[in-house]
Amino acid sequence: MGYVAVQGGITAIENSQKLNRYRRLQGQSAPLSVNQIMEQMGPLVDRVMSEGGLYSPFHAALAIKQASGDPIEASFLLRAYRSTLRRLVDSLPVRNGEMRILRRISSAFKTIPGGQVLGSTSDYEQRILDFSLAEETAEVQQEAVREFEAGLDNAADPLKPAHFRKVVDMLRDQKLVPPVPPASSAEPTDITQESATFPLDRSGRLQMLARAETGGVLALAYSSMRGYGSIHPTVGELRVGRVSVQIPHPWRKGAAVTLGSVSLTEVEIVASFQRAEGEEKPTFTLGYGSCFGHNEVKAISLGVLDRTMRSPTPHAPAEDQEFVLLHTDGVEASGFCSHFKLPHYVTFQADLDRLRAQRGAEE
Amino acid sequence: MGDQVLLRVQDLGKRYGPGCSSCRDLTGPEHSTNICARCGSIAAMEGIRFDLKEGEILGVVGESGSGKSTLVQCIYFDLDATHGEIAFNGQNGGDNVLGLPRSEKRRLRGRLMGMVYQNPMHGLRMDITSGANVAEKLLEADVFHFARIRERASGLLARTEIPATYIDRFPRSLSGGMQQRIQIAKALANNPPLVLLDEVTSGLDVSVQARVLDLIRELQRELGISMIVVSHDMGVIRLLADRTLVMKDGCVVEQGLTDQILEDPQHAYTQLLVHSAL
Amino acid sequence: MTLKELLPQGKGFRYNFAFIDEGVKKEVRRALLKAVALPGHQVPFASPELPIARGWGTGGLQVTMSLIGPKDVLKIIDQGCDGSVNAVNLRKLLVATTGVRTTFDSREATLLQSRHRLPEVPLRSDQIAVLQVPLPEPLRLVEPSEVETRRMHSEGDYARMWVSLYEDVVQNGSISLTSGYPCRVHDSYIMSPSPLPRWDLPLLHDAEHLTLLGAGREKRVYAVPPHTSVQPLEFDDMPFTVENFFGMCCARCGSSGTFLDEIYDETTGQASRVCSDSGFCDLVREGAIPRRGRLAHG
Repeated sequence: MGYVAVQGGITAIENSQKLNRYRRLQGQSAPLSVNQIMEQMGPLVDRVMSEGGLYSPFHAALAIKQASGDPIEASFLLRAYRSTLRRLVDSLPVRNGEMRILRRISSAFKTIPGGQVLGSTSDYEQRILDFSLAEETAEVQQEAVREFEAGLDNAADPLKPAHFRKVVDMLRDQKLVPPVPPASSAEPTDITQESATFPLDRSGRLQMLARAETGGVLALAYSSMRGYGSIHPTVGELRVGRVSVQIPHPWRKGAAVTLGSVSLTEVEIVASFQRAEGEEKPTFTLGYGSCFGHNEVKAISLGVLDRTMRSPTPHAPAEDQEFVLLHTDGVEASGFCSHFKLPHYVTFQADLDRLRAQRGAEE
Repeated sequence: MGDQVLLRVQDLGKRYGPGCSSCRDLTGPEHSTNICARCGSIAAMEGIRFDLKEGEILGVVGESGSGKSTLVQCIYFDLDATHGEIAFNGQNGGDNVLGLPRSEKRRLRGRLMGMVYQNPMHGLRMDITSGANVAEKLLEADVFHFARIRERASGLLARTEIPATYIDRFPRSLSGGMQQRIQIAKALANNPPLVLLDEVTSGLDVSVQARVLDLIRELQRELGISMIVVSHDMGVIRLLADRTLVMKDGCVVEQGLTDQILEDPQHAYTQLLVHSAL
Repeated sequence: MTLKELLPQGKGFRYNFAFIDEGVKKEVRRALLKAVALPGHQVPFASPELPIARGWGTGGLQVTMSLIGPKDVLKIIDQGCDGSVNAVNLRKLLVATTGVRTTFDSREATLLQSRHRLPEVPLRSDQIAVLQVPLPEPLRLVEPSEVETRRMHSEGDYARMWVSLYEDVVQNGSISLTSGYPCRVHDSYIMSPSPLPRWDLPLLHDAEHLTLLGAGREKRVYAVPPHTSVQPLEFDDMPFTVENFFGMCCARCGSSGTFLDEIYDETTGQASRVCSDSGFCDLVREGAIPRRGRLAHG
């Protein structure tokens, strides 16, 4: 039984893998290139980088191709790959105030220093299915690119600043928002190096949120927005763009080396007022959300949840740290969900036995 | 009542807030407030001192905000006193128990004390049956014999005049008076020498009150337990307590034999209380 | 996907012996030492992701990967069977990354990784059992919060657990808990033995061998050292009982006194019983060990 079953098991697995590959390749269309995914499926690549916890558009696109587009499966591939990589160095703190802006808006004020930059967003697209995309040829593509680039005025706009001052800093100047706490010399938590124990410090919470699954955090943030632990949120600022990643210079003390840049989405939520312990007057409270790539729904949700998890009187699920953080990791949640497909016949036999015993006792 | 002191409380206090050097001077009955004008701290209870003998019933009377509930909650370890001492005869070498680790305090509490709260939601778990509520105390005391647990729970429910069938019913489906009786049964589960009762009849109909008070009196006589009875109602205090503490703004303003206090109140506040009692 | 396809080609990347790197192994071993020193106590560890999904044995796998050496002999079972698809998959990964010898005979194994069963032949002192655990926290039955269950363990405050057993008996006449029955270890912590059937719990008690339990997704390991008491929670007057296979025997090897799977024939639909421990069953059929003739326990 053992040997036969083992052979049977191996054959079944191998056949399943062959079938998977066949399903991916059996169509008439040409094989997808990783470049096509990287270039034409940006939001999906961004989402997978974010949930995989690894910034590398190439590897994310490769994972997406391998997973045939399944975002959670692709994130899983990326995370597993990440685990095999050597950690070389920690970067210096990223300076989002110096972000090279692609998009930057605030719902708190009509006009803001530097201006509202609508940038690239699907918010105002009319959601009408565009059938012409079914026939998009290379010629159409090249013409569209040529036309757009010809219309660009490449001279820098003298009215536009190089960097955009944070709206929250403006509020801070007016003492409407708590001051930035003094820098701590303590090492931030690293959730990939230590197991999280609750209550978890803010650094650990923000890390877990950063690689949480978009649908999961959206659902919980939505519950708060609808009234389950509402925080009365306003988007103080949402910015999307590129930030430089720097490491300390290996031998020149005090200097830094720029390795490159990454694309980030950052949201600062201004929420209901509170009077802090020891303070005389109330201020707004803040929620912070940040993730790899361009993913606004996720970043807003993270900002809301960062704040709901700091509620002074937690009642709703979105206010419960353990509930939010332990149930929004897509890789863990989907893994456990799927594990119910594993054989459970011994445990089920144990249930059968008990049920029959209790029914036998009654009959 | 014996002469042996069961419980000694010394200089017990509970403060909310940062506290400052002026707190003691700026709060208390002379200032008619327990909020410190300088730092905003609340001196919920300050400088409480008394001995409780075995088999004695001590009454604690005062209005809301007097600190009387805070006192019993600190003795029962529901709240952490900020300063002072609590000592039980024959336990922890007769020393202050406030510094003991939480697990020790829990064991001590399970052995020595029972508590009945004004609101049954605080004293009972509504998501388990009445019998289970009593069983919880027994299980905490390492009684793991099912039949014995069942027997003791049934016996206690019977003694507190609860119909036998209610043992497997949930407290939320029962009346307020019944819920108080279950609390009393639970408080007595491990034969503790001390039972604390915090405004136990305040939420009940007058007729139900009378019966619950009678029950408490009978049980106390039968079992010889010490009690601390907290109430704003002088009538309840008169009925049950041998001695009484009168509290105002967190402090004890007068203490003595209940009869004497009722007949010849010294402090102005006590006079007010006594004369306004029906 | 095969392991080869998973790893980047042509970049000189080579996986470490047993896949995880030495740093991770060190951390797991440190956590395991602490776990062995505190029987039944859950020790947190930073379980990194593996190519196997969470919930599918990553914890047990990381424990095995941290212990295994080239001379080890490995047996992996799932529901008692070496041939179960997931056991096959895990075995593939471990053999591919270690090259160790494997066996279906539990007596030959030095390391035995298992999901939900212990072998019928008790393990010896030179063998280690590694159990895969989905939900390490036994108090989750009565309390959803991790902060609160940690406090309950640290203060030995298990009353609410016992109350749920009392209510269970009142409602159902007996304790309804089946697999993963909570146990008191070393008269101290309450532990989940992993979803073992009740049948296997006596095998954990005062065992010759070391048992290690790994929960990857929940990031905890814990242990039962050899000769440690493991007592299923029971009322003094209602002793713990195992599953009832009285009057039944295995249709393949004839043994009674083993845990039996209930199976329904693929063609005829007829019900029969066979040993869950397929390795044991095979050995009896080969005549290598005697058929078990009567109920071993319970």
